[in-house]
Amino acid sequence: MSAFFDAYALVGGLLIGLSATLLLLLNGRIAGISGICANLLSLSYSGKNIRGALFLLAMILAGGITYQLMGDAVAMPREGFPVWLLALSGFLVGVGTRLANGCTSGHGVCGLGRRSWRSLMATLCFMTTGILTVLILRISGVLV
Amino acid sequence: MNLKAIFASLFCGALFGTGLVVSGMTDPLKVQGFLDITANWQPALMWVMGGAVVVTAICFPLVLKRQQPVLTYRFHLPGMAPVDRRLLIGSGLFGIGWGLSGYCPGPALVTAAINASEAMIFIPAMLAGFWVAGSFCGECQPGTADQE
Repeated sequence: MSAFFDAYALVGGLLIGLSATLLLLLNGRIAGISGICANLLSLSYSGKNIRGALFLLAMILAGGITYQLMGDAVAMPREGFPVWLLALSGFLVGVGTRLANGCTSGHGVCGLGRRSWRSLMATLCFMTTGILTVLILRISGVLV
Repeated sequence: MNLKAIFASLFCGALFGTGLVVSGMTDPLKVQGFLDITANWQPALMWVMGGAVVVTAICFPLVLKRQQPVLTYRFHLPGMAPVDRRLLIGSGLFGIGWGLSGYCPGPALVTAAINASEAMIFIPAMLAGFWVAGSFCGECQPGTADQE
């Protein structure tokens, strides 16, 4: 088992929580990435979607810059991961978060903060199937 | 056009993306290590969710005491729908997808700037999933959306 405490993880988590809090305080919106992203598929140029698109754009750019700045503190990009597994995974993440109206951010971070019963159930649900899936990948030797 | 709200979105997005990378959430192997409850369990990412939820759990109730947000005229909050099959099946499928690759939506998008060869497969597949679920299972009912 690797080190129990991780300062980077904690600081990153606090930043995510701060971002979600500020978005709610300033714009009155829940920082749910799957929802913001899926709403863009409607291709409507509403103020909501423009702000959502800019949120995601800033997220991607700042993430990329941070990644470069962190140098050796972050892992090298993964290589050689099976394409079919990536595609299947992406599709399930898309369908699942749309049906559930939320992902790790909308249900996990924001929903739990709002003490939403639905979000607690959703979080327990995706944690459980996530753990089972990785277990199966390990046992079957896909992950080593 | 509400310029202040636009800047707020940009700022919050940048903060969110920075947090994802600093925390390690954008490292799919770390995420799979976190979900791996066998002898290899890597507990580090517990602190991400822990740190984020502590902040939202303390601050959200305070924010929501306000009549309205600072820059717009109302809060857009999910309604209080009951837990239903759609929520549980959806979350279950999401967890399977999350475990398979180690990506959830936020980190997957940021991966476009980190590991383009994986992002160019995962992101279109995820968008296809949004579209399929939205087209065949219908949009969520007004007032029951967990996010807007």
